[in-house]
Amino acid sequence: MKQSQGHNRPKKYGMVIDLDKCTGCGSCMVACMAENNVPFKKDETNKRDSITWMKVYKLTNGKPFPENDVCYLPRPCMHCEGHHGHSPCVSVCPATATDYSTDTGIVSQIYTRCFGCRYCMAACPYHARYFNWWDPVWPAGMEQMLSPDVSVRMRGIVEKCSFCFHRYQRAMDKAHLEGRHELAEDEYQTSCTQACPSGAITFGDLNNPEHKVHQMVKPDNAHGGRPQAPNAFRLLERLGTNPKVYYLSTREWVRKAGDNSIKGEGKAHAKH
Amino acid sequence: MDSALIPQGVRRCSLGKFAFFIGIVGAVLLWGVYAMLLCWLKGLNQTNMNDYYGFALWIWADLAVIALGGGAFFTGFLKYIVGKDELKNIINYAVLIGFICYSSALLILAIDIGQPLRGWFIFWHANVHSMLTEVAFCLSCYFAVLSIEYLPLVLENRQLNKVPFFHNLAHNMHEIMAVFAATGAFLSFFHQGSLGGVAGVLFGRPFSFREGAFIWPWTFFLFTWSAAAYGPCFTLALTKLIEKVTRKKLVGDKCVDLLAKISGWMIFTYIIAKIADTYYWATVTAPEGGFTLMDFYSNNPMYGIWILVLEIVIGGIIPALILITKKGRRSPFLLVTAVIFGCIGVSVNRWVMVLQVMAVPVMPFDTWAMYYPSWQEVATTILPVAYGVILVALSYRYLPIFPQEKELNY
Amino acid sequence: MFPGFFEWIWDGGHVVFMGGLWYALGIIGMGLTFCILKAAIETAQGKGAEHGGDEHH
Repeated sequence: MKQSQGHNRPKKYGMVIDLDKCTGCGSCMVACMAENNVPFKKDETNKRDSITWMKVYKLTNGKPFPENDVCYLPRPCMHCEGHHGHSPCVSVCPATATDYSTDTGIVSQIYTRCFGCRYCMAACPYHARYFNWWDPVWPAGMEQMLSPDVSVRMRGIVEKCSFCFHRYQRAMDKAHLEGRHELAEDEYQTSCTQACPSGAITFGDLNNPEHKVHQMVKPDNAHGGRPQAPNAFRLLERLGTNPKVYYLSTREWVRKAGDNSIKGEGKAHAKH
Repeated sequence: MDSALIPQGVRRCSLGKFAFFIGIVGAVLLWGVYAMLLCWLKGLNQTNMNDYYGFALWIWADLAVIALGGGAFFTGFLKYIVGKDELKNIINYAVLIGFICYSSALLILAIDIGQPLRGWFIFWHANVHSMLTEVAFCLSCYFAVLSIEYLPLVLENRQLNKVPFFHNLAHNMHEIMAVFAATGAFLSFFHQGSLGGVAGVLFGRPFSFREGAFIWPWTFFLFTWSAAAYGPCFTLALTKLIEKVTRKKLVGDKCVDLLAKISGWMIFTYIIAKIADTYYWATVTAPEGGFTLMDFYSNNPMYGIWILVLEIVIGGIIPALILITKKGRRSPFLLVTAVIFGCIGVSVNRWVMVLQVMAVPVMPFDTWAMYYPSWQEVATTILPVAYGVILVALSYRYLPIFPQEKELNY
Repeated sequence: MFPGFFEWIWDGGHVVFMGGLWYALGIIGMGLTFCILKAAIETAQGKGAEHGGDEHH
């Protein structure tokens, strides 16, 4: 785990996704793939071996018409903090190829160090980690369109959403050139956030009370970042992964769908 | 033709017959080697693993052979540290089986990783907090110990032993074998445990997650215990198998009885601990994550509660009860049944702790993920079996593996 | 893996883990060295030649 360095105040970058606004259009997925040079196959029928750093799930309340309701749930990497940076995947990686940064709260992946044991994938309950089963191949001419800021990944290693970390580096470089140590909220935004046409995704520093993400979910840092806003919840809150992606919904069944509960436990866990 | 290489005073089949047997098993081995090369050259897309099944048949095979190969360290521990001298009649075979199991495990791991050429990163960039790091270090070190334990046997080949240096070396290694055996037991305790820890620390996976003591989840201790308990079952099962194949009695009843009795009591105590662990997990740990026991055993085409019964009752309670009773151990049929059930029990335990962990949906809107291996995975898993058969055959033919063979047969 | 690497942070885990590892490796290495050296000396002294063909159990 990287210790906080320099004189910058530690950040905790996180995301809030308003599920009531998400239409399931998939723009976030497309933007993510283009931004991060995510490889794809000729035949993407098998979703369990194709790479989607950002994946949109379709949830239903299971009721027949007219009570039937649908919700789309975008799922990037949750950048779990766990207990003091002891996130599920970081703690298990045998080669220190993934790291939790206390400077930014971002879980990184060092592609050139990963040797493909896939233990991190077994550890992640969100299936946010993907293995490169094939070498990346782009259609002729498309290599020209790859982003020079993001390295492409080779066969046999694991990759995942980085919260567009290269954008953070770019913004920090610019800030340093201008003699600043802090970034404005809009200087560092992920590609999925900017691509969402309905503005369902908000990104920022959860530690900064002036940032929208903080105001939307009011994270309780004394209790593992648990959201205090009434409609906010996190996926699998009960497992103690302490994710930094929060969801909002006014619909109770959606909030309940974010975690497992045992019959008869009441609504205590659905409300958070 | 090769009679000069065969130990004195024992009889072996003709070289032609032996070569024919090796040829058949060798063909299977080559099939496995071909699949292995496919995986190395074309990548893991040759398997049926996917992003839900990062761990699959190979990791199960790894865990299973290491548990079954546990007979080597535990028998060594009993003979050299506890002082059960009777076990000298089976220790060579136990070491040979352990050597085969551990070399197989290392080979499978080398195929399993996505970037085999970077395998050394696990040592170079070691994250000492990862259970897998502990596994890699201890596994490699213990393999070195097993090689050291196997080496004197090779040097005792009739021709090699004529070389004075080899004779002296083998003799000296035997003299201090207790030191190697103790180191092996120390390393085995940790790597068997770490393999249990690999699954037990996954707090994002409620099926495998266990609480524990200090940094070690309960599975750490259960895996070590079960390897010590069931490893001898595998040694005994293979002893009975080779006796059947060679139509000779190779290990005396007293030795078999002693090892079976110890194994029985180990399984008996282990299964009590396992039941307690399962009960606590089902009633406390899993519900804290929002799961009931039956969430893990329903709504899918394969994993019913039967698998828990198979593991605990058929693979645990029954062999334990047979092996702790004198009557059970003395009946050839019951003894063989018990050791086979034992091997099944520990293999099922390793299976669920690898594959069922991957199969169970954790997010409420996710679905069960089923998996079947590709032929390349099956072939590379059979490869070590073929290699093991060849090594046992060669060792049996040319090395003094069974010290009682002459006394029991001629 | 080693102190001095850019990302190295000392903690108790390293001491315990590496301590255990080098302890085990040390015993294996020393044991093996002892056996080989002793065998070499014994061979030089002419021991072992009389055992040709015998098996040791």
